[in-house]
Amino acid sequence: MSDESDSGSVAAAALLDDGLVRRLKALACTGPLHDLDTRKTRLDFADASVYAMAEIAFQIIDQVTITMDFDRGANHDAVIARVLPFIAAQAPDRAPQEHEKVARWVLENLINVGSVDRGFRVFYGTFGADGAYQRLAFDFKLLTELADADGEVYLRASDEAINVLIGALDTDVESAQIAAEIKLGNLIERGKLSDAQAAAQQARYATVQYAERLRRKLEATRRDVRSVDWEEEIPELIDAALTHVTARYRAETAILANIRRARDEATEPERKRRAAVLVDIVADCVKRHTQLQARLIEANAIFRAEQDRQQFSGPPQRATVDLFGQLLGPTLQLSVADAAGPAGAFFQGGAGLATPTVVRLRDVVRMLIAPAAERDDLAGALPEPDLMPPPDPDVFSDEQWTRADDLLDLADTPRRLSALLAEARAGDPALPHLLLLRVLHAVSPEIGVAVRQGDDRVLVAVDDGTRLEDPEFGGADLLVGLARVSDESQQGAVA
Amino acid sequence: MSVNVPIADAAEAAKFITLGMRPRLLPARDLAYGDYVRRYREDETFAELTNAVANGLGLAVLACSQQTGLVLAATDGSLFEIKMEDYSRRAATRDRRERMLHGLVHLAVAAVAYPRPADLANDSYIGRVSVEQVDAVVREACRVLDEKAAAAEESLDPLEEAPDLEKTWRVYARRPSAAATKDGRLAPDATRSMVNKALRFLAEQGFLSQVGGEGGGTYRTTPRYQVQVRELAADRAFAELLDLGVVTVTDGHGTLRAVSPDTL
Repeated sequence: MSDESDSGSVAAAALLDDGLVRRLKALACTGPLHDLDTRKTRLDFADASVYAMAEIAFQIIDQVTITMDFDRGANHDAVIARVLPFIAAQAPDRAPQEHEKVARWVLENLINVGSVDRGFRVFYGTFGADGAYQRLAFDFKLLTELADADGEVYLRASDEAINVLIGALDTDVESAQIAAEIKLGNLIERGKLSDAQAAAQQARYATVQYAERLRRKLEATRRDVRSVDWEEEIPELIDAALTHVTARYRAETAILANIRRARDEATEPERKRRAAVLVDIVADCVKRHTQLQARLIEANAIFRAEQDRQQFSGPPQRATVDLFGQLLGPTLQLSVADAAGPAGAFFQGGAGLATPTVVRLRDVVRMLIAPAAERDDLAGALPEPDLMPPPDPDVFSDEQWTRADDLLDLADTPRRLSALLAEARAGDPALPHLLLLRVLHAVSPEIGVAVRQGDDRVLVAVDDGTRLEDPEFGGADLLVGLARVSDESQQGAVA
Repeated sequence: MSVNVPIADAAEAAKFITLGMRPRLLPARDLAYGDYVRRYREDETFAELTNAVANGLGLAVLACSQQTGLVLAATDGSLFEIKMEDYSRRAATRDRRERMLHGLVHLAVAAVAYPRPADLANDSYIGRVSVEQVDAVVREACRVLDEKAAAAEESLDPLEEAPDLEKTWRVYARRPSAAATKDGRLAPDATRSMVNKALRFLAEQGFLSQVGGEGGGTYRTTPRYQVQVRELAADRAFAELLDLGVVTVTDGHGTLRAVSPDTL
């Protein structure tokens, strides 16, 4: 071991690093959920401590993931409406309006509405290629907002969110699903229905994920038909997907029959209810498979329609720049600082002319005789900003602290509290109060802290039995002095 | 040029240039404009005179034809130059990241409008772009780059103290494609809003014309836009990339294509 050179240990560190970075990132993804619970006490519209925010967040992510289908995801209001019963169960005695506010707050925080990118950023440390420690930024999202064809905004769960939920995105979707289904079949045979429900739910998430991947593929095909290999690649892909759907459909229909039997045979009401829930979940899976299958069958028709639409013009006449391959692609790969050059130059060149406007009488007249545009009296609801309470104002000013420091900077001789108070009162009527508080603090000074901070002296006050004669304060007339701190013995001696 | 030109001709040339400054006016729709275009193409002296007047104003003639009209471009520092600050007030106040993204969006619009080099060269080609397409194409490109990076097992997370060294595609990919503000409007700094702004702006400049509302707004290109991109914008951006030492050689058949399954 001792023979290993430095480079060997650096290589070992790099090996360790990979797993470390993955774990740090995975940990970071749960951060926003923990954060919700730590920040809930700061909410001003309600006492939110009764709500378990992380649970609500999981419910919201679940609902978004479940409603994610081919064309779109869930819209904000639908998600809120679905989680309301759950929130109401947490705090049944609170008003429904408050439940909704809580739901919206959690949803907005999962999107991270306040930030420009609508995501989260955490910093983590790792070793660079040269073996030096460096701090890097990791950006991720939990819920993303997208617009559909009508321009309406809807939500989809990000890969990171699905990761947080299922925790197994790295594994092959298909095999994970098969495993989940075998597990489900076994569980039902043994009558363990609540475990079976968890497995069925997991199978549904896996199905949604699979559908999402297929949706992306089909979308890419629809976007540009020209260079997709329709002779082998895509037909193979569709075949594989169809085979998968058929297999799953058969498996799930069998399971469905199995659970239905379990449901009908069960006598215990609780088990009967669970079996019924399970039937719903598996039925939903079957529905999703059917949906996927319908899309797969359409794919060929889409290809033919797109081919007809994209009838191409003749062969090129002269060579020009390939805008995508030679400009957009390389620009995307540059750093932000470098990309500003080409992007700015293209804008300057492609934006055309700015023609200065000159006021013309004709326009002014037309403007003046135009009927006034009707406006609503109210400009819509004003969003309520989340404000933090301001910090408490300082009781004593900086100047007063400095003067108290000067007074307490006793050279060698200890002084009576009464003398210090009298001197302080001469300058500023509020100063004795600060001075008194600091001297009282010095009755039992924190020696350990002073040693840690590396202070060499500490203020000490001692009661020798003399009474304090003062118009404002009463008690013992303390002896105040500076004690030297030495870190070996950790003892102070009154100077 | 030592030819003596009548003063009346100088006035005519200037008038011709003012017609060229109206981006949505076409020679086919204006008889006088059509005559000027014909004269420019047939009368060499008039053409040179027009070019000289344009140069004096801080303009360069990019093209002149019955389809495009007189296409003018502002030279550097010209009165007619469009500044990014005027284009987006937000970009003026925020860091260069915002300007860069607006420029990138314009580049993407052109790339989607003319997907192959041949389309840009072919005078009769008319491209179609929609907000959805532009955003989707850039996102797809970002995703492919992301997968390449993942395959190479590079860590591209930027340094904490040097955010400007982050790769451009990561910045774009991270920006949400659509986002609602708290009062339910679309946020202006989401990418789809930026694309929408660019398309509407180009339509106002006579480079695009709207044909429908599907896909967040669909537009077709005008011959003017083709000339502008081909003769000026693409060259300028290419020159900038050359300065940075980034030269990409392609086979001339276009590289914008659907991705192969192994990257999905």
